[in-house]
Parts: sequence; structure tokens; C-alpha cells
Amino acid sequence: MSTISIEEVKRLADLAEIGITDEEAERLTEGLVVIAEYAGQVSEISDVDVAPSAQSIQLVNVLREDVAGTPMDPEQLLAAAPEQEDSMFKVPQILEEEQ
Amino acid sequence: MTPNKQTYREATSKYDPVLGIECHVELNTNSKAFDNAPVQFGGQPNSAVTPTSAGLPGSLPTLNKKLVESGIRLGLALNCKIEQDSFFARKNYFYPDLPKAYQISQSNKPIAYDGYLDVELGDGEVFRVEIERAHLEEDAGKNTHVGGADGRIHGATYSLVDYNRSSVPLIEIVSKPLTGAGDRVAEVAAAYVQTLRDIAIALDISDARMERGNLRADVNVSLRPSPDAPFGTRTETKNVNSFRAIERAVEYEVARQADVLDSGELVFQETRHFHEEDGTTSSGRPKSDADDYRYFPDPDLPPVRPQIEWIEELRATLPEMPAAKRKRLRGEWKFTDLEMRDVVNAGALDLIDATVTAGATPAAARKWWMGELSRVANNEGVALAELAVTPLQVAELQGLIDSGALTDSLARQALDGVLAGEGDPAAVAESRGLVVVSDDGALTEAIQTVLAENPDVVEKIRGGKVQAVGALVGGVMKLTKGKADAARVRELIMEMLEQ
Amino acid sequence: MSDLIYKSALEMAEALQRGEVTSAELVNASLARIAEYNDVVNAFLTVDEEGARKTAEEVDALRAAGEELHPLAGVPIAIKDNIVTEGLDTTCASKILAGWKPPYDATVIAKIKEAKLPIVGKTNLDEFAMGSSTEHSAFGPTRNPWNTGLIPGGSGGGSAAAVASYMVPLALGSDTGGSIRQPGAFTGTIGVKPTYGAVSRYGLVALASSLDQIGPVARDISDAAALQELIAGHDELDSTSLPADPADLQGAIEDRLAQGGRGLRVGIVDQFLGEGFQREVQENFNRAVEDLREAGVEVVHVSCPSFDYALPAYYLIMPAEASSNLARFDGMRFGLRVVPDVPNPTASDVMKATREAGFGDEVKRRIILGTHVLSAGYQDQYYGSAQRVRTLIRQDLDKAFELADVLLAPSTPTTAFPIGARIDDPIAMYLNDVATIPANLTGVPAMSIPNGVDDSGLPTAMQVIAPVGADDQMYGVGALIESLVSKRVVAPPHAIVISEGDAK
Repeated sequence: MSTISIEEVKRLADLAEIGITDEEAERLTEGLVVIAEYAGQVSEISDVDVAPSAQSIQLVNVLREDVAGTPMDPEQLLAAAPEQEDSMFKVPQILEEEQ
Repeated sequence: MTPNKQTYREATSKYDPVLGIECHVELNTNSKAFDNAPVQFGGQPNSAVTPTSAGLPGSLPTLNKKLVESGIRLGLALNCKIEQDSFFARKNYFYPDLPKAYQISQSNKPIAYDGYLDVELGDGEVFRVEIERAHLEEDAGKNTHVGGADGRIHGATYSLVDYNRSSVPLIEIVSKPLTGAGDRVAEVAAAYVQTLRDIAIALDISDARMERGNLRADVNVSLRPSPDAPFGTRTETKNVNSFRAIERAVEYEVARQADVLDSGELVFQETRHFHEEDGTTSSGRPKSDADDYRYFPDPDLPPVRPQIEWIEELRATLPEMPAAKRKRLRGEWKFTDLEMRDVVNAGALDLIDATVTAGATPAAARKWWMGELSRVANNEGVALAELAVTPLQVAELQGLIDSGALTDSLARQALDGVLAGEGDPAAVAESRGLVVVSDDGALTEAIQTVLAENPDVVEKIRGGKVQAVGALVGGVMKLTKGKADAARVRELIMEMLEQ
Repeated sequence: MSDLIYKSALEMAEALQRGEVTSAELVNASLARIAEYNDVVNAFLTVDEEGARKTAEEVDALRAAGEELHPLAGVPIAIKDNIVTEGLDTTCASKILAGWKPPYDATVIAKIKEAKLPIVGKTNLDEFAMGSSTEHSAFGPTRNPWNTGLIPGGSGGGSAAAVASYMVPLALGSDTGGSIRQPGAFTGTIGVKPTYGAVSRYGLVALASSLDQIGPVARDISDAAALQELIAGHDELDSTSLPADPADLQGAIEDRLAQGGRGLRVGIVDQFLGEGFQREVQENFNRAVEDLREAGVEVVHVSCPSFDYALPAYYLIMPAEASSNLARFDGMRFGLRVVPDVPNPTASDVMKATREAGFGDEVKRRIILGTHVLSAGYQDQYYGSAQRVRTLIRQDLDKAFELADVLLAPSTPTTAFPIGARIDDPIAMYLNDVATIPANLTGVPAMSIPNGVDDSGLPTAMQVIAPVGADDQMYGVGALIESLVSKRVVAPPHAIVISEGDAK
């Protein structure tokens, strides 16, 4: 695997919504470089012509009938919320709409 | 918002517009896409979720069969190929309304792909919109922004999240870039979405009401100097929520981009928001190719491999497509183009069709639905289909007129009774005592009263103004509470005046 | 201390059925043992005295009333703390979930509650099951009862240590790359990874969804079989759950023990011999193979060359899936929320601060690695290749299973190592799992069985690996091996060996 730079680690941490200090980035990068290099060995078989397996067992077409069940009690769901208001989860201001 | 310097027409005379539309159709299933929480709108927030649609740790998705079937049926209706090795992927991004921080969607193996939809404009010109793909996915929850002006995201101090909509099933239909529409591109955009809406309704997979967000359209527009130039930079105007708004958004974007290009600047790749009040769009989030959603096959959901037999079974359930049906019925009913368009716009096509099937003539069925019933619906502010009268009852009512059992006027009274829930037309006529008076004796008495009250009219008729007889007939009808046979009344009046 | 705790689960069950003991007594003995040793072993993160006693009393009352009960009703059990339990803390040994009381039960928990096994508590693990030593727990490492200076293996070190130290006869673990089997090997207990899909994952906080599997931890194979029979079976809430009915595992054990080695062919995986494997691990493995041969088992050698790529592929697939699975821990709906000290913090600011404070280093490392693996530009080269490795391993295994009914390999390259010895060398740490990972990548069942001790008296272990769905075959062969190697196997110490410096 291509070597991971500190800048790349910071970009990835940002993508993964993990706050990271320069010192942390440096420390994490050290280990990541070693692991990435090790894991990169798989590219040795990149020419082998077999289909990839996304799953370990080969099931297909596992479908559920369209029947509604009983939902959770909203109070039980909201009990774990860090903050709530009017039966909704209260979250900090959101910047821009995604999607 | 500054108005554009040039008009849409001027812009399309200088530049070749390229259109792309992404439509989200929210399905009308009983349960959600990936769990059995009920699909419910309104109601107490967070009361329609299971651990799965709330994204709780440890929860797992299960695939709603109806979602796959709807995707295949819609794909077939859009002339698509059906993917034989489809799967669900995770689209990873963080947002408070997305409880798992990934959306289960389809990436490079959507359930349906490579189709087309023929879109007919008002004057009958047809544009073929090619479909790139139709894929299955789940909706996110809903954020309410608090503290800012009018619930907008900007300036809000915090937001409240309701996950009732989380994992409601969606089908996203992505068009290929449409070229060559020129100055009709805005009309095509609206007509395309309208046609999709009609199909979704005909398939009964969605309520497809834009105003309720069952059908959402994102409109991509770009300009290029000439049809052989490469595509220009596009903008994506999000969640435009009416057909008219789609047309206006495209018109505005085309003119705006033409202004930008004319001034020698570059169109910025971004999402834009449409403003209903003044028909403008404004800049939203920059959209770059760097958006990194890290799609990968969802290991929690085995692949979907629809067998040919299943696809054929589903194909057999497809109704006649709305455009084909309109064409056939216009021929069968012999309505004019204008009449037909009015019928379609009023949402009366299927009602008239059913009324005709129940025995009425097309003209009579149209008269009822576009006349009296449209008036009632209008007064009550409801859709025709929501009125408490069935096509079967309308046909029965017309049958009573045709057999002479009711006059037009009595029939309208009977209809009032039907709408008031008093029963079928014949039963209402009986219980309300609505019978045609054709007994000459009873009529003669009423006529004499009317003649005596209207000597001036009588004078006019005697003087040769025969058309004035209408006023006397009306008087008799009024006196008999509409029970008189108007034709017989006219005959009797003329006989009596000639004496 | 009551001798009750040294009984196997099935012995306890029989004693309960014969009325020789009550469930309340068993639970009390278990809780007393925990009270005595958990301070030093740190096997349990949460002990639910009240809940366990309540279930025990209920079982005793029902039994007294002559009600028919599940055979294991009343036998205490411990649950790895990444399996959700309604109303009972489920932390995944992470600060980000500290104090979280799930509003629902995992399917396996629902089954255990229905069968009325008192749940005495939740056991320690590497944070979010990411580790091979239980040193990555946010709530301190678990100690190995054989010697508290040693790690118990991981990630399910808590469950293994709880069973090995006689706090409970049974526990549930989860195995993504060896997290049940490797701690089993290091603590001299039985650890089983069932066929993928044989046991529902619903309610298991996911590490890597395509690899995770819940399985039993016990001190003997019959106990493990009884527990797997209880938790296995199709579950409509898990789309990857196998449609087949669970196998009769205890019956398979009886049949195999009655039959001995006759008609059985085992394959030795050549890739798991020699370099990198501790001498005694190999010797005890070879002795066990000799025992089998003497018992009439036909022994063949099989080669699975693609196994060389299993560990690298695992370190692409596992972090990739984990980076997505752990994204939901964002401080919005449950668990920790850290609001940074900045003006008008946004949701994104809070997510970043929460995840920074809530996750430990190993979790961050794997999330970032997984994000990298899935990130645009790397996906096909690495993630795609890793998924092809998976296919190659399956093909190798298919061929191997044409030659042999089950495969044998050591469970781990070495015996338990001292706390702190490998914490700074991730590759050395990851190599612990080299022999256990192929089963996760392909979904086949595998179990770890103690087969002797090393020169310092620490347990060594070997695996039985069977084809998909042949869990019964695996249990049968496992029981045969267990009976043959019993002369060399030493039970976990009754008195926990407290190393210098760990004394209370």
C-alpha cells in the first residue's frame, strides 16, 4: 500500500470525523505506515482472475415481506439521548445540507 | 438576489443547454426499506422507528421485498434492463439525520439501468429522455432547525432530529444528460418529472405528491457554446417541489449561467437552492469530485439476483402506461385535444374511464366529472377522486336520466344525496321522493299558474318570440321542484298558447 | 469457597435437575468468586447481581412448581460487553459508550433469557473488539488467571478469563479474527467460532460485519455444544443468518466418541507449521495428531497457499468495515457527547471532539486505516484484492475439504505473553491471529481446544476447522481430541496465580 503521509492521516481523520492533533497524527501515522505496508501484500494477487467475495457465506435474495411491526417506545429510544427536546434528538447547529 | 441580465430565450439562442434530472420517489410501502418500522407521516416524532432505523449499535438491516419489486416494476416501466447481480452498498458520510452515518444505497449495480422515457409536451412534441439508472435506497431522518430565521439552516442555534422518516424506501431515477431540447429544455424538465409521477401512480408504488415530498427532483443544468462542444460545468438545484418550480428553476439557471459565461467567467460547480418567491436560485454547498463517500458492498445484506421468472411475473403486473392509455382513450372517446388535456389536468381520466366502463357514454361521464362534480370538489377543496361518489354511482345516475326516471335537475338532487352518504342514486331518489311528473293534468295546473303570473312573457311568445318559452318552462320546473319533464312542459305550453 | 464453581455447566445443570443445588446457590457462588478475584483479573466490566439473583430465584421457583425448564436453566453465564443487553450497560470497553443502557436485547440474549440462564455480568474486551490481548480496553486490561502478569488474549479476554477463573462455567464471545479462539488458547478454555450465520449477529455491536460471529466460551466441549445449541438458529432480524435448523451438536459428540477415530480423515494445514510457531505449540500439536492416528484416524497433509495472504487481507477488510460500522458513534443519539470549547460549535465540531475523546488509539488507527482502504483511488487495488484473497482462500479450503473431513492447525503461534510485551508493535500483535483468521474470511466453523502446556506450564491449543455448516462434525472431532489429549491438558488453576506487583 502506498505510504501514508501525516497530511493523508489528517485528511482521513477529517473524513472519519475524528479530531486529531499534530502530535497524535504523527504518532498514528507511524503505526499506520507499517500496517499499510504489511496489508499491501495483497496487491501481489491483484492479477489473479477470481471474483471478489464481499461476504463469507453465499446467500442471495434474502427478503422480508412488507409487513409493519411494532416500533419502539420513543421514550425508551430518547432515554439515551445526550440532549432531547419535544421528543426529538437535540443536536448542535448543522452547517450545510448534505445529500 | 440580482435578476439575470438576459432572458431564458436569449440564453437558449446563444447556448446549448444540457439537462439532467435526479428524482427521488418515496414508496408507499407499509414498512421501511430495511426494518419493519411502520412508514408513517406526521404523528409523534421518533415513534416510528426500530433499533435498526434508529441506527442503534448492534442493529441489522433486513430488505423489504416490496422495495425490490417496486424497483423492478418501475425499471420495466422505464424500459430499463434489470440487473441480474444487484447489491446494496454503504454510502458513508456524517450528518445528524443519518443515524448509521451511512446510507444504504446502490452504487455500481443498481436494480435497473439503461432505459428511456418518452415525454410529451403540451403541443404534442415528444422528447425521449434516456434513463441511466434507477436504484433503491433509504431516506434519512428530518432536521428541524431552531433559533434561526424561518426554520432555515443558516443562523439556527441548534437542530432537532426526528427519525420517523429514517429508512423510508426510495427509488432514485437518474437521467442521462438530455441534449438538443434548446429553448424547450425547461418544459421538458417539468414534463419529464410529471410523466414519472404519472407512472409511479399508475404502478401504485408511491403517492408521488411533490408538495408532500413523496417526489423530489434535483435538476442539473449546464450550458455549452454549441451542440458539438463538450459539456460545460453543471450546477445542481436541489429539491424543487412543483412542476412549475422545475420549469422556473431551469429557466433561471440557464439565463444565470449564460450571464456568467457572457461575462467571461466560469460556472462554479455547486448545489443551488430554488426560491419559490421570486423564481431564483442561490448558491449552496460547493460540490466537488473530492466528495468521498467510500462506497462498499454492505456486508449485512446478501446480493439481490432476480430470477427471470420473477421479473416476468412482475412484468405481468404492469398496468397500461399513462401516456399510452391517454392516447387510446382519446381515440375511443373522441374528445378534442383541449378536452382531453382538461380531463387529465383535473385528474379525471381514470374516473371517467371507470364511469364509461360502468355503462355511461364518454360524453355523459365527462359532463358529470368535469361539470357538477368538479364544481363540488372545487368548493370543498378536495381532489375529484376524494369525493364520496364512485364512478359506478355516476353511471347509475346517468342511467336514471337516460331511462327518463330522473330529469337533469332531479339527478343533481340525487347526487347531493349520494355525496351526503345517503346511498346509491336510485335509493336516494326513492327516499327523497324524486320522481318525474309527466302526468299532463298535474303539469297543466302548474303551467296555468305560471302563465297567469307571466302575462308579459305570454305576450312576447304570441308576438313571435318563441325562444322566450324557456322562462316559462323554468318557472314550471321551479314550481314543481324540478320534478317535471321539461320537454313535455314545453310541448304543453306551446299547445296551450296556440289554442 | 464453594466447590460448586468448579463444576462444568452440564454438571451444574444435572445437579439442578436432581435438586441437589439451587440456581440461587450457583449464582451466589459465582458472584462470590467474582467478588474475590475480579479486582485483580478485571474480567467483568459490569456485574448484575440483582438481575442474576432474580433469574435464579425465578428458576428455582418454577422448578419447585414442577415446570418444564430448558436444560441449562439456572446455570450462570457471562456476556461479552459488545453484545447488547436491554437495560444493562453495554460499553464495548469504550469511553464513547460508557453508561449506555441499550433499549433492546440481542437475539442471543433473548434466547438466553427465555432459557433462563442468570446473566451475572458483562465481560471486558479490547475496545470494540479491536485487539488480541484485551489491553486496549478503556477500562484497564484483563489479566490471565494462569498468571496475572500475562495477557489473557483478545479481544474476548474477559469472557475467557471469567470462564478460566471459574467465575462462570459459560460465556459468550465474538470472533472476528480469532477473538474467541485465541483467548481460549491462552487461558486453556474451549472457544468456538460457529459457521458464519449459524448464530444471529443481531445485537452484536459490529466490528467487521462479514467476519463477526458470536460463539460459546466454556471449559469443555460438551458445555460449549450445549451453549451453541441454545444460541444457534435462523433469525429473521439477521439477513446473513443461515436458513438451516441448528445441528444436534451434543448428539454428534456422543456419536463420535462412540465411534472413535474410525472413518475419520483429518488434514494438517502445512501453512501453519514451522517458522513463527513456538516449539511447544508445535510439539503438542504433533502429539495430538499422533494420538488421533493411534485412534484410527487417517491423517493427510493439505496445502492452502493463499493462507499466506489471509492476514494482510484481514487488515484491509476488517478496518474497512469497522470504519463504517463505528461511524454511528458520533455523539448525536446516545453515549458520550463532547462539546469543544469553541464559539458556536457545529454538529461536525461535536462529532470530531466526541470521537477524539471517546475512542482509544487502536480504534482510531483502525478507523483511519479503513477510511484509507475505502477512500477513492485505493478501493479496487486494496479492498478489491482483499476480497479476491477471500475467494482464493475459499477455493483452497474447498480443495482441502475434498481430501479431509476437518482440518487441524495450532490455534496461536505462541502461548500467552506478558502484558505490555507487544502493545507497541502492531504487526507482532496482529500475527497472533494468523491461524485463526482464514476461518473468519470464509465463514467456516472452527474451535480451539487446549492440547497441553508449554515449558512454563502455560496452555497450548489447536484448532479443528470444518466445512461451512458442519459444526456437528467439528464438535465430534473436537470431543475426540479432548478425550485423547486429556492426559497432557492441565485445568486452569483453581487458585489464581497473582504475579508480583498485581497483589491486592
